[in-house]
Amino acid sequence: MWIYEKKLQYPVRVSKCDPMMARFLIEQYGGADGELSAALRYLNQRYTIPDQVIGLLTDIGTEEFAHLEMIATMVYKLTKDATVEQLKAAGLGAHYANHDRALFYNNAAGVPWTASYIQAKGDPIADLYEDIAAEEKARATYQWLIDMTDDVDLQDSLKFLREREVVHSQRFREAVDILIQDRNTKKFF
Amino acid sequence: MEEQYYAMLHELQAVDFVLVELNLYLDTHPWDTMALQQFNEMAQKRQFLAAQFEQCYGPLLNFGHSASPHGWRWAMPPWPWQV
Repeated sequence: MWIYEKKLQYPVRVSKCDPMMARFLIEQYGGADGELSAALRYLNQRYTIPDQVIGLLTDIGTEEFAHLEMIATMVYKLTKDATVEQLKAAGLGAHYANHDRALFYNNAAGVPWTASYIQAKGDPIADLYEDIAAEEKARATYQWLIDMTDDVDLQDSLKFLREREVVHSQRFREAVDILIQDRNTKKFF
Repeated sequence: MEEQYYAMLHELQAVDFVLVELNLYLDTHPWDTMALQQFNEMAQKRQFLAAQFEQCYGPLLNFGHSASPHGWRWAMPPWPWQV
């Protein structure tokens, strides 16, 4: 069961219409290491992970949906006032032809989201290492996105998201430690 | 939206940030009683701030987790991406 809360996790403000930046940001919407991938990856893995880390996967997976909504808000605000000419100039002509200004789950190059972006090996250590790697890749992507804009309002929200990746990575590393410690102390009779 | 909307929302977002952080931390450090105490204090403060916000701007949660005493305001704007 999930409940929707009618607010963003962290404020999203933009100081200008910037469809080009929206095009790059969509990487974190429907890209391999984006927020949709993250949410679906963790919430899917949790069914077969040991009890000690189900709570963590549930909570981080849920938080990723809040991040997905923040990215959507950025893209929406950056494109809502753009003219068709501006969209074309920003490289979004092909997107406009198919979607108008609707958001779509594709990456910055326009490749549609695919389930092959996420892994579920059923081995807890393999799955958690996959999650740590995903968080680090998302952190790197946020850094490149921050580097690509001079909009300080947008940078502020992106920096929040970048820091969340750092925290999630840390928590996943602790989850690995918990499982390894558990394995080493388990008594077999 | 008026200034008060953003001020109240910001205060709630700040407390919620503390709660998310403590929640994830407690997921891997469930024995930390100091963190647990902070979490419980903040959860109480959160309830108070959310109730205040809802009094002014309508329900934050769907499916009956927020009551709707002043007409059906749930489905009315603004939605989070519109402010």
